[in-house]
Formats: sequence, C-alpha cells, structure tokens
Amino acid sequence: MTGLLAHEGGGVGDSAPRPDGRLKVTGAFDYASDLTAPDMLHGATVRSPHACARITAVDVAEALALPGVRAVLTHEDVPGAKFYGLDVADQPVLAVGEVRYWGEPVAIVAAEDEDTARAAVALIKVGYEPLEALTDPRRAAFDPGAPRVHPDGNLVRYQPVRLGDPDRMHAEVVVIGEYEVGMQDQAPLGPEAALALPTGDGIEVRVATQALHTDRDQIAPCLGLPVDKVLVTLAGVGGAFGAREDLSVQVHAAMLALRTGRPVRMVLNRAESFVGHVHRHPARMRYEHGATSAGKLVYVKAEILLDGGAYTSSTNAVVGNAASMAVGPYEVAHAQIDAFGVRTNNPPCGAMRGFGAVQTCFAYESQMDKIAERVGLDPVEVRAINAVRQGSRIITGQRIDAPAPLAQMLYRARELPEPPPSGTEPTDLPGGVANVTRGEGVVRGTGYAVGIKNICFSEGYDDYSTARVQLSVVDGEPTALVHTAAAEVGQGGITIQAQIARTELGVDRVVLATPDTTVGSAGSTSASRQSYMTGGAVKVACEAVREQLLARLGSRVSADVSLVGGKVVSRRDGVIATIAEVLGDIVLEETREFHHHKTSSLDPQTGQGDSHTQFAFCVHRAVVDVDVELGLVKVVELAAVQDVGKIINRQSIEGQIHGGSAQGLGLALMEEIQVGEGVIRNPDFTDYLIPTSLDMPPMRMEILENADPRAPYGLRGVGEPPTLSSTPAVVAAIRAATGRPVTRVPVRPWDLVGV
Amino acid sequence: MAHLRPRSWGEALALRAAHPEAVPVSGGTDLMVRMNLAGHRPAALLDLSAVPGLAEWSDRSAWIRVGPAMTYTAMVRDLAEHAPALARASRGVGSPQIRNRGTIGGNLGTASPAGDCHPALLATRATIEVESVRGERLLPAREFYLGPRRSMLAPDELIKGVLIPKATAPQEFAKVGARNAMVIAVGSFALALHADEQRVGTGIGSAAPTPVIAGAAERYLDAELADGDYWEKRRPLPDVVHRRFAELVVTAADPIDDIRSTAAYRRHALGVLAYRALRWCWTDFLKGWR
Ligand SMILES: Cc1cc2nc3c(=O)[nH]c(=O)nc-3n(C[C@H](O)[C@H](O)[C@H](O)COP(=O)(O)OP(=O)(O)OC[C@H]3O[C@@H](n4cnc5c(N)ncnc54)[C@H](O)[C@@H]3O)c2cc1C
Repeated sequence: MTGLLAHEGGGVGDSAPRPDGRLKVTGAFDYASDLTAPDMLHGATVRSPHACARITAVDVAEALALPGVRAVLTHEDVPGAKFYGLDVADQPVLAVGEVRYWGEPVAIVAAEDEDTARAAVALIKVGYEPLEALTDPRRAAFDPGAPRVHPDGNLVRYQPVRLGDPDRMHAEVVVIGEYEVGMQDQAPLGPEAALALPTGDGIEVRVATQALHTDRDQIAPCLGLPVDKVLVTLAGVGGAFGAREDLSVQVHAAMLALRTGRPVRMVLNRAESFVGHVHRHPARMRYEHGATSAGKLVYVKAEILLDGGAYTSSTNAVVGNAASMAVGPYEVAHAQIDAFGVRTNNPPCGAMRGFGAVQTCFAYESQMDKIAERVGLDPVEVRAINAVRQGSRIITGQRIDAPAPLAQMLYRARELPEPPPSGTEPTDLPGGVANVTRGEGVVRGTGYAVGIKNICFSEGYDDYSTARVQLSVVDGEPTALVHTAAAEVGQGGITIQAQIARTELGVDRVVLATPDTTVGSAGSTSASRQSYMTGGAVKVACEAVREQLLARLGSRVSADVSLVGGKVVSRRDGVIATIAEVLGDIVLEETREFHHHKTSSLDPQTGQGDSHTQFAFCVHRAVVDVDVELGLVKVVELAAVQDVGKIINRQSIEGQIHGGSAQGLGLALMEEIQVGEGVIRNPDFTDYLIPTSLDMPPMRMEILENADPRAPYGLRGVGEPPTLSSTPAVVAAIRAATGRPVTRVPVRPWDLVGV
Repeated sequence: MAHLRPRSWGEALALRAAHPEAVPVSGGTDLMVRMNLAGHRPAALLDLSAVPGLAEWSDRSAWIRVGPAMTYTAMVRDLAEHAPALARASRGVGSPQIRNRGTIGGNLGTASPAGDCHPALLATRATIEVESVRGERLLPAREFYLGPRRSMLAPDELIKGVLIPKATAPQEFAKVGARNAMVIAVGSFALALHADEQRVGTGIGSAAPTPVIAGAAERYLDAELADGDYWEKRRPLPDVVHRRFAELVVTAADPIDDIRSTAAYRRHALGVLAYRALRWCWTDFLKGWR
C-alpha cells in the first residue's frame, strides 16, 4: 500500500505542517495530469459546438484510419447505463441523439500520443441540426411554452418556505431589491485528469476527485461492472472547490481502457476544463424586507431563481440551501420564500464552495445595508439587533443548538484597527502596476457582511465516513497507519487526520494510506464536512485501537491512563510501559464508521424541517479604495471573524479563511464565466480573471472557539463560510465609496462610472 | 517539430530565408500560449536564444538601441532614464515570470493591439530595425502596425533592434484592466514630451484594430504649448488644455464592445488616462525634470 509519511508536528491544536507541503512547493508532487503508465494511450474528446442540437450523423471512419488511433467510441459503445448523475441520472456519458450544452462530449478517442488523439478529434464528422437553445432561466421556470431541455421539463426543484402569517407582512420600512450573481468558476489550476488501468476483470481509475465512492458508484453502472470490479484511487488533486464532485473524464478514460486493453490517460486542456466541470449557479433574486423604524426585521419575501444549466447535477441541494438560508443569520417572524432551480441549455452548474448560500448572502446582505440606510443605523448595528444566537430558529423552524455569538462577532469586527490610508505607489492603489492613479479619484469605503452556512450534508441524507486505523511498531517506533477514502483536495485533511491519530494514540509517526475504495466511504470532500466527518471517523477508530492496546495491559491499566509520547502514562503511577513494548510484533487494526446526527427533509409546501447538521458563521469587514473616475477597485484590507468551534490546525484554518475570502473577493470583482447564447466566451485564464496577490489584500483574522458539543472536539466546518460574506462585504464597501447601488456581481468598472 | 538554433545573427538570417515555415521564438510567452491553448504546431522553431548580443541595449548619443531579446525585467531595470514610458509599460506587463521571459521583439512580432510596448514606441517615435538576407530596413513605429497582429515585417525578416530617442522630458504610460496585475489592457495610453523638439507624442493601445497615435491631440497640444510659450516659460498648463487634449485623444480611438469591456468604457477610460498622463508629465516638467 502506498502512503505518505507524516512525522512532523504534533496533535490536535498544533499547526502541524502539511505532509505533502514540501513535495508541492518543490514541484515533486504528482498531480493527476502527471500520471503515466507503461504502454499508455492518450484520450481526447469530441465536443458539441452547439448549445442545443439534434445529432444527425457521426462519421468516425477518417479518424479511425489515422495512424496511431486505437479507438473511437460514441454512446453506442457505452457498455452499461448511458446516463449518470450525482443525484438524478440525466446526463449522458456521451451525447445520445442530441446535445444540450456547448462543449458536451459526443465521442472519445484513444491514440498513441496526445497530438494524434487531438488530430483524430478534428477528423470526426458530426452532423448537427441546431435547435432553439433555451438560455433564459426565467423562461425555463415560468414560460410553459418554452422548449423542454429534458422530456420531463425544465424545473428541477421548487422549494417554498412559509413562516408566520402572510397577512402580517407589512411594515413601516420596506426595502425592495433585485440582485444578480454571475456564473463563477472554481478555476482549479489542475485540469480534469484520470488514468484508467485495465485490471483483468475490471478497471482501476486513478483520478483527481472529491468523492471516491460517489465516483465509483456512478462509474460502475456505466461500464456494466459490479462496484467491486471498479477500484478508484485518488490521484493528486490540483484544486477542487466543487468542480470535482461530478464525473468528468472517469468513464471516458475507463471505456477507452477497457476497449483497448491498455492504460489510458485523459487530461483536459484549459479551454476544455472550462466545459469539463460544472460552475456556480448564476442567480437572479428579488427581495422585499419589511422592518420597524428601529431596524428590526418584520418579514422577508424572496424569489430566488437558480440556473442549473443542462443537467441536474447538485441543483436540488443548491435550491435547498438557498431556500433554507434565504434570510441569512437573522431572526424574522414572517417569511415567504420561493426558490427555483431550472435546467436550460447553458453550461451545467452544480457544486461550488458555499453553494446556494453564496448567492442569497449577496442579496440579503445588500438588503440589510439598505435597511440600515433607511432607518439611519450603522451597518453593524442593524445586523447585530437582528442576528441569530444560540436558541434562535431559522426560517425553516430549525433551532440553532450550538453557540452562535454573532452579535459579538460583528462588534469584534468593527473594533479591529482600521488600515492606514494608502500610500502613493501605484501598487498600493486601484489599478496596481498599471499606473493609473497617484491618488486622483480615489475614495475609501468600508463595508460589513455576515453569512450562515450549513456544514455537512443536509435534508435527511445519512452522511457518514469510514476510517481504518492500524497501530504497529515500524523501525522500532510505534506508528499509526490511517486509511480513509477522504479526498485530499488541498484543504489539509491529511494533516489533521495525522494530528488526530497523534493525539488519540500518543504516537509521533503517522502514515496516511493513499485514499481508495478498498476502505469504506468517506463521503465527499465538500460541504466543509471532512474535519467533522472523517476527523470524527479517525477519532473513533483510534479510540477503538487504543481500547485494544490498553486491553493488552490487563490489570496494569486503570481509568486514568493516557497515551502520550509513545508511552502509556498513568496520572498516578507515571509511565507504565512504552507503546512499542505493549505492541511487540502485533498489528492492531480497527475500522469505524462515524455518522452525524439525523436531519430531516424540508416540507415541500412549507419548507419547514430540521434539515441541517451544523451552522457556521463568518463576519467580514472590507476596506476598499475605489478610483471613482475609472471604476477600478483596490481592496485594502479584508478582516474576518470566524467561529470554528475548536482549532485543530490554525495554519490550515487561516489558509481556508484566506482562500475562501479570496474566492469571494473574486466573485465580487472579476470572476465570471461570460455566456452568450449558451457559448462560453472566456474559457481561459486570459479572460477568466482570478485575484492576484495585488488584488488580495492582507487579512486580519479573529478565530473564535465556541465549541459545538455534538461535533468531534467541538469543531465547526471552516472552508465555506468565508466565501459567503466576503463578496457582499466588498460590495458594501464599494457602495460606501461610490454611492452607487451595485446590484450585480461581479462588479464591472463601467457599473461604477455609469458609462 | 524541427528546432533551429542559430549561433550568429548571419546564420539566423540565412535560416530565416531558407526555412520560411520556421517561426522565430524569443521568450516564447506568446508563442507557447498559442501552441498549448490553440494547438498551433509550427513546422519548425527558429530559436534566437543562442544568438549573442540580442538581449543588450546600447547608448547611441541621442538614441538608445534596444536589442529584440531584451526582457521586460531588464527594461524596467535599465531604461527608466532614457525610455521612461517603455520602462513604465514594462513594469505593468504580466507577472514576474512573464517579465523575466517576455521580450520587446516578441511584443513587436505579435503586434497585438493590446501589446504594452506599442503605445510607448509610438509616443517616443521609435524606429524598428528589421533585417533579412536581402538587407536592412528602418521602419518608423508609426508605420509599423498594419492590422490586428499584422505588421510591416516581411516573412523573411527578423526584428534586429529598436531605436528610441532618449527622453528629454517626462513620459508616462498607463493602462486600464479589470485586475490590479497580470491583465490585458482594456485601454492604454502613453505620452512623451519631447522638450528638445518642443513637441509631444502619443500612443494608444487596445482601442482600435492596431496601436494608434492621437494625431489631432498631438497637434492641438503642440500648438497650445507653442502659442503660450509654455516650453520656455515652464508655466502651469490650464485645466481646459488638459481636458481638450483628453477629448481629442478619445476621438482617435475606435474601440469595440468585447468580453473585456464595452466600447463606451474604453473611450471613457482613455480620456481619464490622457488627462492624468498630461497632468503628471507637465507637473514633473515644471519641477525641473533633469
Ligand atoms: C501570463 C501572460 C501575461 C502576459 N501579459 C502581458 C502584458 O501585460 N502585456 C503585454 O503586452 N503582453 C503580455 N503577454 C504577452 C507576451 O508576454 C508579450 O507579448 C511578450 O512581449 C512576448 O515576447 P516573447 O519574447 O515571449 O515572444 P515569443 O512568444 O517568443 O514571440 C512572439 C512572436 O514574435 C515573433 N518574434 C519573436 N522575436 C522575433 C524577432 N527577433 N524577429 C521577428 N519575429 C520575432 C515570434 O515568431 C512570435 O510570433 C503576456 C503573456 C502571458 C503568457
């Protein structure tokens, strides 16, 4: 078994270094796209140039005749089920008779080298009869005469939430707003990549993914194989953020490998990557908030429309999040929320960091600022007086059981020292190195925002993770081997698994086995859930191993013993034995599943139900300088206050808050997939802009530890909350600087100068 | 793909003539993107990296001569005194990695309307030296650009150097993009005051099918400066002159709506940049620039 040795750093609470950190910064780390195998073929994909068309013919003869080409496959060659999906199997492995989005895979090729494979792609002649593409999500939701993207219609989910009394939805102060969120991309630097290896009677797929078992359970039926003939192994992941929850190249590479009997690698190029994974659902939202003249919320009405593009993917869960957290972390007595998720001929949208909650956070936080302005309250104050706390109920009726000191977090953010005025160097000012101002037109603004995110899977899903832990003596040292199927996507899951094993077993050396499907499912590395779920599984498996170890001590063991520094230590008697002595030659092994407490579904009519596992909150304060003549923005500082329940690894948490905040800043200022008539017009990093180090400011962070008693060590998921609040905080700061309404993200320079 | 690697300039010209299918490569920062992203596969590469001296610059009394393989990093470091607009433009190019590899010759070879060297070369009235086995030609920058990614460079020619009159008064370059670094210009502008000739030069990027000058703005400003004897008296320039100049710069642009910007914003931004560039240059001039 291959694995990674983690021998630096301590247990829970230590900023242990990443076991793969040195490999990554020196370039020695193997990403999925670096994998090779002897005798390997290269795969490539024929993609639709239309957003909606009937396929009239596919002619592969010329491609097959090209020297070096070993296979050309279409939907007719799919060995098993022709459709798959995370939630609903409505997406074809290869287009069957029609295409529903620009870039949809139609045929696949395997050849001796990548250039030949791509040349063969160009030789495959596909006849198309273009059809009217449905690209307006509003038509998809509400126009009965709209074309049907799928035979069963365009609406994926409608989720209302009804709270309180519809007759009492009037108030002294009413603010109405319409908001739009553009299509953001996860922009992982590692493109989609997999290596498929025939294993005799089955297949091994080494792939950069977020969920090994979810992949396996979708791959196997498409290949017509039982799941135990499909081994999925994690390959090096170059960023995920939701982009690797759905299948991309897995089945294609496996089909080509099974057909040719040779290993096949498929690596998407950058332009393909932009159509090879789902994006964040663009949203159109109409909100009406009623409040007292003192700024207390009376009611909220909202209509939320989410465009899921051509296939269902995660749209159901995205709608569930948007609906249940439509109002944000605020107490309100009356609510009427209507959330819709639709299918269109736009690029498929699904999971991306904070899904559903990111979109609504921009809208409700914009509304809170409007209320503050109308009633003459400070933006922090209006939030604090409405904020939920422990014991509050959100609009679904679910009670917040764990600590939620949101008002205090807001005040802390406000009390943080303000950044000094900017210097006169161009790099300090809007426009940066482009040298557009020496201070002319530059106005400063400050804005605040908070968000609420559900952690772990929701709505009745039986979410669990599995860990297998071995303890044995290796080279004279007690060593823990931790094996899970949890995908390490850069978040540092492996770091904290090793820390937990050190704390629970008192060892220094931990080996982390390469995640694969020979151990039970760990679920998905998403929903900020792996510290909670796989952390929890490693903890309980270690506890079971510890129990076995202590049992070997027989009568020498008492209630007060612990494992520390490779020794069994009793509080009364000191060191009883070394772990190595107790173990001798034996290997202790335990496998445990960890389930979180049950949740329930949302009532389809009223949206009521205890649907979420845990809630997490982050507060941002953004300080921006805007060149109001050019509409250019420099974020001077982003400050964050986040409650993480328990710090397992501070450095990892800071990294998550940095990254999440940067991704939110990107959505506020620049990150948008531009789609015209279903076609992506900027499928490259020349024009899909992500923040650089001159765009992302230094961060001030306050990390709080108010434990959630139900979670392992009291921890709270960290990865998503900062992505929610940084976008509206930056936009609020821009509004403060410019006085412009700004109702859409990303903000474009011309929105700020009004030309 | 053949890889031709001449060891001398003469050999480079001979190979260029003998292999019309070979594509010259300098830093590779444009070419490699085309090869990786667009699947472009030239039959051969003519790699200029082993030809000695191409990355150097030299002082020719009233001029400097910049070798085609001079990188942005080197231009930032070495040219701030004699070619401040070009040095300023170089500072805003790409990222440190791109500035370490990318060259002025490559920028001219690509001749993109968004290339950041061009406005500075137009404003300073630079001259581009090109050569082939047939001989050498001196092409004024103001005549070099013919269309999007098209220039006067003939298929058998190589760019040999760029001659830039030494700065005798302040110069500026500014570009607008939707990010604070690593961004393709949505619009850019260069201004050079030529104190010895008592005239000004302009250059505009990303606002027309080629880099262009703002001729009417130059003539207007030249006339204003002469009429008011501003060069000699070194007097502050009225705000109205800045504004009129900026308006005339905008009229020289012929921008389009595309994914990077609207045409209206490009015009607006160009006006702001022209106004500010003139203000900065003239303020520095009054402060007694050298
Ligand atoms: C991430 C990134 C960011 C970038 N940012 C910017 C930016 O901010 N501003 C900007 O202007 N550009 C930018 N570029 C584009 C590029 O870096 C520049 O245009 C650079 O000047 C190209 O120089 P090079 O030496 O790398 O050219 P190459 O790629 O080597 O060559 C470019 C072209 O010029 C030709 N050529 C090169 N040398 C000669 C010669 N001596 N004679 C004849 N033809 C020749 C080549 O055949 C080729 O067609 C960026 C590129 C990247 C990848």
